[in-house]
Amino acid sequence: MKRARTIAWIKGLVAIVVTAVVFLVPFAFVLLQAAKTPDDASNLTFSWPTHWQFFQNLRDVLATNDGLIWRAFANSAILTVGSVTIMVILAAMVGYVLQRKASRLNPVINFFVLAGLIVPPAVVPTIWLLQGVGLFKTMFGMILVEATFGLSFCILLFRAFVGTIPRELDEAAVLDGAGPIRLFFRVILPLLRPVIVTVIVVQAVAVFNDFAGPLYFLPGDENATVQLTLYQFQGQNLSFYNLLFMDILLITIPPLVAYIFFNRQIVAGLTSGAVKG
Amino acid sequence: MATTNLAPTLPVGATSGGKGTGPRKKMKSFYPSWFFIPAVVMYVVFFAIPTFASFYFSLTRWSLFDSQFIGLGNFVQFFQDPQLWNGFIHTFEYGFATSAAKVVLGFALAVILTGPILARGYLRAIIFFPVLISTIGVGIMFKSLLDPFHGMVNAVLGFLHLPQPGWFTDPALALGTIAAVDIWKGVGIATLIFMAGIVAIPNEYFEAARMDGASSWAILRTITIPLSRPAMATVIILSLIGGLRSFDLIWATTGGGPGFTSDVIASVIYKQYQAGFYGLSTAGNVVLFVVVTAIMVPLSSFLNRKTVEL
Repeated sequence: MKRARTIAWIKGLVAIVVTAVVFLVPFAFVLLQAAKTPDDASNLTFSWPTHWQFFQNLRDVLATNDGLIWRAFANSAILTVGSVTIMVILAAMVGYVLQRKASRLNPVINFFVLAGLIVPPAVVPTIWLLQGVGLFKTMFGMILVEATFGLSFCILLFRAFVGTIPRELDEAAVLDGAGPIRLFFRVILPLLRPVIVTVIVVQAVAVFNDFAGPLYFLPGDENATVQLTLYQFQGQNLSFYNLLFMDILLITIPPLVAYIFFNRQIVAGLTSGAVKG
Repeated sequence: MATTNLAPTLPVGATSGGKGTGPRKKMKSFYPSWFFIPAVVMYVVFFAIPTFASFYFSLTRWSLFDSQFIGLGNFVQFFQDPQLWNGFIHTFEYGFATSAAKVVLGFALAVILTGPILARGYLRAIIFFPVLISTIGVGIMFKSLLDPFHGMVNAVLGFLHLPQPGWFTDPALALGTIAAVDIWKGVGIATLIFMAGIVAIPNEYFEAARMDGASSWAILRTITIPLSRPAMATVIILSLIGGLRSFDLIWATTGGGPGFTSDVIASVIYKQYQAGFYGLSTAGNVVLFVVVTAIMVPLSSFLNRKTVEL
């Protein structure tokens, strides 16, 4: 028994050292780069900053291009909140009825839900369509596109969770005189809270980090999202590596906060298929 | 007992003739089908129509405003042009390599992390965190760390008198390097899914096996691996879909270069779009569609067959 514990200790220490090198060092590098002077940072060496100017870099990055990053954060926030709201409401409605009502339509709908998960979106035809309905290069169009791309995943989560709510509850509510709308919005929706939190956090991180979507469907400086500013920054300011890394740091904060507060929900959402298949 | 309340709902077929429908059946009208409509409209407009349209536009020379039918010209070009053909091959290499590595590494890490080990919470968090951060940020980060002249990795290699390759600039290495970064970023999610699968295995199995004096290798081979099959299926499917479609990381690190040595179908689609060859770009999209469905549909039905029976 004592030997087993020593082995566990050694294994643990090895694991801690290995993960520290593989995972912590890159993050430490980002932090150090973000605190350096431009000359110092452009060396790209993993070294202690010769002169710490973390807060000045922070101020500088917020001020570059007339505060583009503020606008980018606002754009990303609008995009994330808008699309995730749509996803949650529409996917909950579909997942609920899909699970509750046996219908000949269900196999068809299940097929399209899976197709939405597997099939890669056709990019140029989507641009063509957005242009046709006058939503290309608009935030509203981008919100609808992101929401559509996320629907399938959300529907699967909601359908699985609705299955755990006893039908007797629906019947009781109906006996008490609730109509279909009240039944869903007043009785079912509040009970879906755990899975709603999961969906919100997982999809918010996904939309916030999405790069290809805004690259194709939301070009233009005034609409830039944070991921696009990072990409453009990389292209333009090769002599300002310190600001580039400060930008990376800033963009990492929202997912970090989400992870700290909603660790359990994120794990629940991402592992939902692992046990039942 | 609760069952007495439910009694009337059960024998629906038996009381045929009278009112015909039991409460269970009447409930149907409380699950309105129009709840599907908003989602269906969005799905049809922003996903289904573009997908179907792509089949037509891939057969045209297209400027978004007018299109000219040219038959299979775009596909012929796609498979004849060595640069585009390379992207096609790389998609498979990249998808299968990253997926296989994530399965193997993720499973190994999950076995370690579900066993007795120090600082499990820290290890879990640190392995998972890269999943949540921006792919573009990760790309920029590793481009600096793997810089051939100043990057930290090559500095260490130089210190050890080992060769210092140009990770992203050597045509033979670029795609492999990107795949390695992809694995670094994505292994956390595989680990997490495997951990959930392993934790769900009833503890009695492990206890009984240990009682019978099974070695830990035998336990792994006969209990852990077969019983984490649903997790295995999830990891393979998710990582392969992601790998075959991947674009962000490649675009943030090499942009498909040097030359075309790290192009995949998704980056070819973007490059042709940028160049204004919309028909060719859409043909690339159709090729990607065919590749992904041709692999995923048989694979997922194969992987899920056993679990459906249970």
